Amino acid sequence: MYAFDYTRPTSVADAVATLASDSDATVLAGGMTLIPTLKQRLAQPSQLVDLGALPGLAGIRREGDTLIIGAMTRHADVARSEIVAAALPALAALADGIGDAQVRHRGTIGGSIVNHDPAADYPSAVLGLGATVVTDRRQIAADDFFTGLFATALEEGEIVTEVRFPLPKRAAYVKFPNPASRYAVVGVFVAETGSGVRVAVTGAGPGVFRAGNFEAALTASFTPKAVEGLVWSADDLNSDMHASAGYRAHLIGVLAKRAVATIA
Amino acid sequence: MTTLSVSLTVNGKKVSADVEPRTLLVQLLRENLHLTGTHVGCDTSQCGACTVHVNGDSVKSCTILAAQADGADVRTIEGLAQAGVLHAVQEAFREHHGLQCGFCTPGMVMSSADLLVKNPNPSEHEIRTWLEGNICRCTGYHNIVKAVQHAAQTLRQTAQAAE
Ligand SMILES: Cc1cc2nc3c(=O)[nH]c(=O)nc-3n(C[C@H](O)[C@H](O)[C@H](O)COP(=O)(O)OP(=O)(O)OC[C@H]3O[C@@H](n4cnc5c(N)ncnc54)[C@H](O)[C@@H]3O)c2cc1C
Ligand code: FES
Ligand code: FES
Repeated sequence: MYAFDYTRPTSVADAVATLASDSDATVLAGGMTLIPTLKQRLAQPSQLVDLGALPGLAGIRREGDTLIIGAMTRHADVARSEIVAAALPALAALADGIGDAQVRHRGTIGGSIVNHDPAADYPSAVLGLGATVVTDRRQIAADDFFTGLFATALEEGEIVTEVRFPLPKRAAYVKFPNPASRYAVVGVFVAETGSGVRVAVTGAGPGVFRAGNFEAALTASFTPKAVEGLVWSADDLNSDMHASAGYRAHLIGVLAKRAVATIA
Repeated sequence: MTTLSVSLTVNGKKVSADVEPRTLLVQLLRENLHLTGTHVGCDTSQCGACTVHVNGDSVKSCTILAAQADGADVRTIEGLAQAGVLHAVQEAFREHHGLQCGFCTPGMVMSSADLLVKNPNPSEHEIRTWLEGNICRCTGYHNIVKAVQHAAQTLRQTAQAAE
């Protein structure tokens, strides 16, 4: 690791001010992605602004039909939360399937969605449920938040404070995990929400995306049969040592059907 | 170079050290405190040999800065045995031959001990799933799982006896 400075602010305002005054400063959350990146010397921040001491950034609460999860809430806390289990069990199961126990004890929802790894699990839930990402300065709809490979709509120095999930009528997430890392080779999040059926796919492309033809078919009939034989083009999908684009396209259909089957 | 002063509790003892911001918790443990029971297998967050408990949760100490552990309660493999008596998980690994070369063992033991606090009666599947973050290149895992099952039994009996 290159040398860097380290600060642990105790208010969001202080953290934002530090980031505004130093364009080479970087936010540190659970460090599960950032620390390995620094070790590989793929980044050289001047300082790390650790969000670990900010009051109120970690926590889970329900307000009516909205589940609100603070950016610094760890995967393990979402996985074992009674509130999440009751309100949105698909999200608890998703969190429980991330990486391994040690990773779930450090990694946070904020870090996961800001990093927007093309194989990360949480982005599929945020997009699949039409959640709202709340930052220190504004609210961003999920449809506008994820902008591309490892990219989001966040401005420089902007901090995610919480994610607001509107509760769906039903939802399920199924992934084909990489056997070593548990990242999604492909993962499909299916939800029947107050504003229609949404299907979000992670792992397959250069970032999370919605599968429109699957949404249309499930809107007509929310059954596994409705998506049988549906095809998603392999054209823009990833090919790597784990799976070809064609195989990933095939998995989208298989996993979408499995997800629907668990809640149809 | 800037240094930070960190204070934490390690195996029940208060310790302080001046470290660089980039110092990892595992470096603080091994190099400053000479607690070399915690191993570094990969240094890339994969193998779990460096697993310790931070505020009661198993974490990979190669992927947390010492600064992030400021104020925390840390337990390492050296802090598991009490008054010279091995922890039930350590005893079970010995009894059931849950190791060969032993390199992964400190991490395996710390990870398993955390599991048994959170889930005193895990199924074989739950044990294997929990240990996904710990890699062993020798044993084939079979005896590790057996050891954890036996340790779970011992701990449950001890808890019952105490009631
Ligand atoms: C072995 C291993 C296996 C894994 N397996 C999986 C898996 O199966 N599925 C999966 O989805 N993920 C997996 N992960 C990733 C893990 O889920 C982490 O949570 C994720 O990498 C980032 O979260 P973090 O809190 O650690 O963020 P950090 O690493 O601290 O930060 C990541 C990035 O987000 C930025 N950031 C963090 N929080 C905020 C915020 N609140 N506002 C603005 N910017 C912010 C940081 O500046 C940094 O650029 C794995 C990681 C490891 C090491
Ligand atoms: S040394 Fe930390 S995970 Fe391998
Ligand atoms: S006993 Fe050798 S690596 Fe596990």
